Amino acid sequence: MATNTPDEQMTGPAVSVPSIPVEEIVSICQTYGNDRHRMLDILRDVQDRFRWISPKVMETVASQTCLSRIEVEGVASFYSFLSQTPKGRVTIRLCDDIIDRFAGLAAIAEAFEEELGIKVGETSPDESFSLEYTPCIGMCDQAPAAMVNDVVVTKLTPDLARQWAQSLKAGKSPEEIVSDRFADLSPHARATAQVDNNIRHAGAVLLGPVPDDAGLKTALGLTPVQIMDMIEASGLRGCGGAGFTTGRKWKFAAAEKAEKHFVLCNADEGEPGTFKDRVLLTERPHLLVEGMTIAARAVGAREGIIYLRGEYVYLRDLIEEVLADRRARGLLGEAILGVEGFDFDLRVQMGAGAYICGEEGALISSCEGLPGEPKTRPPFPVNRGYLGYPTVVNNVETFCHAARILDRGAQWFFDMGEEGSHGTKLFSVSGDCLNPGLYEFPYGLTINELLEMVGGEDAAAVQVGGPSGTMIARDSFHRRLTFDDLATGGAIIVFSGERNVLEIVEYYMSFFVHESCGYCTPCRVGNVFLQKAIGKFRKGLANPEDIDYLKDLSGTIIETSRCGLGMTSPNPILTTLKNFPLVYSAMVKPSKDGIRATFDIQSAIDGARHLAKRRSYIYDEDFSK
Amino acid sequence: MTDQDITFTIDGVAITAKPGQTIMEAADDAGVYIPRLCDHEGLRHQGGCRVCTVKANGRSVAACTQPAAPGQTVENETPHINKLRRDLVEMLFHEGNHLCPICEASGNCELQAMAYRLEMGEPTKFPYLEPSRALDASHHDIALDTNRCISCGRCIRASKDVDGKGVFGYVGRGIHRRVAVNGEDLAHTDADASDHAMSDEVCPVGCIIRKRVGFATPIGEREFDKGLIGYEIEGKRRG
Amino acid sequence: MAELRKARIATASLAGCFGCHMAILDIDERLMELMKLVEVDRSPLTDIKRFTKRCDIGIIEGGCCNEENVHVLRDFRRNCDVLISIGQCAIMGGLPAMRNAIMHSDAPLRECLEEAYITGRYIRNTTHDIPNDPALPLLLDEVYPCSDVVEIDYQIPGCAPTGDVIYETLAGLLAGKFHGFDRMHIKFD
Repeated sequence: MATNTPDEQMTGPAVSVPSIPVEEIVSICQTYGNDRHRMLDILRDVQDRFRWISPKVMETVASQTCLSRIEVEGVASFYSFLSQTPKGRVTIRLCDDIIDRFAGLAAIAEAFEEELGIKVGETSPDESFSLEYTPCIGMCDQAPAAMVNDVVVTKLTPDLARQWAQSLKAGKSPEEIVSDRFADLSPHARATAQVDNNIRHAGAVLLGPVPDDAGLKTALGLTPVQIMDMIEASGLRGCGGAGFTTGRKWKFAAAEKAEKHFVLCNADEGEPGTFKDRVLLTERPHLLVEGMTIAARAVGAREGIIYLRGEYVYLRDLIEEVLADRRARGLLGEAILGVEGFDFDLRVQMGAGAYICGEEGALISSCEGLPGEPKTRPPFPVNRGYLGYPTVVNNVETFCHAARILDRGAQWFFDMGEEGSHGTKLFSVSGDCLNPGLYEFPYGLTINELLEMVGGEDAAAVQVGGPSGTMIARDSFHRRLTFDDLATGGAIIVFSGERNVLEIVEYYMSFFVHESCGYCTPCRVGNVFLQKAIGKFRKGLANPEDIDYLKDLSGTIIETSRCGLGMTSPNPILTTLKNFPLVYSAMVKPSKDGIRATFDIQSAIDGARHLAKRRSYIYDEDFSK
Repeated sequence: MTDQDITFTIDGVAITAKPGQTIMEAADDAGVYIPRLCDHEGLRHQGGCRVCTVKANGRSVAACTQPAAPGQTVENETPHINKLRRDLVEMLFHEGNHLCPICEASGNCELQAMAYRLEMGEPTKFPYLEPSRALDASHHDIALDTNRCISCGRCIRASKDVDGKGVFGYVGRGIHRRVAVNGEDLAHTDADASDHAMSDEVCPVGCIIRKRVGFATPIGEREFDKGLIGYEIEGKRRG
Repeated sequence: MAELRKARIATASLAGCFGCHMAILDIDERLMELMKLVEVDRSPLTDIKRFTKRCDIGIIEGGCCNEENVHVLRDFRRNCDVLISIGQCAIMGGLPAMRNAIMHSDAPLRECLEEAYITGRYIRNTTHDIPNDPALPLLLDEVYPCSDVVEIDYQIPGCAPTGDVIYETLAGLLAGKFHGFDRMHIKFD
């Protein structure tokens, strides 16, 4: 066998790795009560401590949690941040988003490779370092960026990369490199020492001044139905991208008779180019928890979870501190603010590198300790969600809005924005513009207006809503950012005329291939075919009929996929085919007399030419001369 | 028919469903065949292969998991839907190594039979992904060639739910997601040739191979030489 | 009405086993009827090595595993109005294409040839050489289905297709009324 099967990789390095003490694994499992639903936490802890999940570990974890090894392996092999081969003591994950590539990722990678003596994808023989790529880590406004273990480094330059590598080699921890007195800093100071907020425009709802827990106090004077009526009357719609009416979602869950209800916050902000939740989690964590607490009161939930994407692990302490503070002040826990029977508490569930977990059902699966696969709908999460109980899942921004609506009233919120798109929206702007960062504006802004504000007037293309959204050209910059016109979960990515549209599209398709869960055929396989087809276009090896092929295959994937990922993954192709048709038609090679110009005989025989050490009788024309 | 029964139509044919039945279950009972690969009688529904995609009131859904709803109009055998299905079946052909001429499942293979039913006969544009996974012939009675696996997961459910064993499971993600065994190799699991998961009806393709019975039935006299896949269900309706 | 001109047919076997050509002969006695309608130009059946005239129908068995296959296939495309792939090898590479799936190293072709001629378990090659006569066509990096190299108009699946399917397809095409196969007759084995 020529390829490395996972098994070979496992037995190879296992010899040199000190064995992982079984009792330590047992102890980690016990920390989580041997609960199989905490599998992701267990495996994350093992990974953090021992830097890989060995076959033996999987057996131990399986026996502790009453599962089979293959079930544990199913989880361990699903998440990018869990590894079945030993990783270095320091893992450097270079953010491989298109924005980072345009911002000079290649030179950064080269600098790390040279300093560390390993290539991207490798682990150094002494297991000091692992160097790898990871999709968008939510730092597009300060690219190129990287994660160094749990620490985030932004605005990298080759020099800065070298400095980091040298300090790490000298034995400094990533935290020490961020600050000599890292341990003394508050969690908030630690976060802002690593990552800038880049708040460029504060709106009235979220980023302006926000009084403490005013919304929660209002909620205490209202019945659950009144709370939900208020949210519904405000016109608030989900801010993660899908835009479902929040008040109705809460009512569906509340109407479901069950022993328990759950409130989950989707902080798995994975859509490339989106970083609004990062800023909210940094600057408005209390508002988020306040919003969740209000939702809990509305639907009758006593427990909640904040699902924090693995890339935002640097914010975990900050959130934990907020939770502890609120518990101490009677804002979480039993009898909140002295109201008998109003009990609510929540935990943070760390993700481990899987975009799909931003999908509601996949997020729930992940919280349940399963691979992040979307669930079959129906039943919907509001009817049967986390552990089978009615569950409200909302985005960070949505919960924050909800808390503000309770404070300022439904009408106040409703009056902002436009018909069908009420209130304000956070826009994460990145790419070719002078002022990348976060902008809060009422819905209804045109792309032109936004571009003017961000210093992106030279834009030739704007990707609205990230890869799963819409790529528009100049002739559409008059369009408005609303649910009914250009919907976005927040990402606005600006591209100048210098950029190669097909390069962007190919990158986005590779992203979807990497992030598809693989459950259903069209998304698992179809996206690979789309990626390969775009590769043919980029190489000039596409036939004219390949344009129809792209449309046709995209249609099948959209119509037959099981969840939103596959239903939107062809969008980079479809929207650029529509808005940048010449980019494609310029690259096709028509057949001549039925002979495909796209079959390259010279490259096909090149290997054999070298191997046989002779030229071709047929295709090397100068043979007889 | 009881008071709670639901009526709806598939391609204009009136269908009666019991409460809680999926579109496919009701269709099967009525003798209307909806193509499927990952679904199998007696096993939990998965909704993964998507070959059973139908339009319910105009919306694409997987018939195997979608509950039947009163008054619903379901489209099943339309040229458009069959084209989607043909694309899906072709995707599966191209994802693995499906060389019918050398596969002992040929003639009994549901993937192949589905391709026949859906008239997969035009030159394809899909690339071949050509996986190269090691053959697992460690077990005395069973061999696994996962290059032919279509990730339907029928063996996983059969082993877990029917045999109570859990010999198989999914590992990996995306295009790397695959069926693996609960141990180093099949010989290190409690797999047995008498398991339901290993029976010839569970694996729809030539991935789970029972040793020493390969060509007992000659080509030309196999399951789908008797009729197009689905003939048994369709036979019910014809009476 | 003037007598119809006989249709001209050409055939070739590329990276195939000649099984499909044998299957053409399985048309049996209907071959007589067919021969009333067609004359066979370039083909191993006639041993005519070059096209004498432009042909109406070209029938290709086998995929492309070497440069000569590509050359022949292109020649067929140039000289035939309708080009038919016959059999799994021509359609999707078939058995020869198994090498595509096992060649994943940095030097896949070398690895493939070494296993075939030197290192393979059952190889008895006393010279320990990989054949490299100048007359041998160069191998392609992988085995390609015919439709990757030229445009193919129709394909007849099977390994090999039955004489019946071949006859029905050819008779249908010659009569100008071929509308695809009866799905009961599609077989990939």
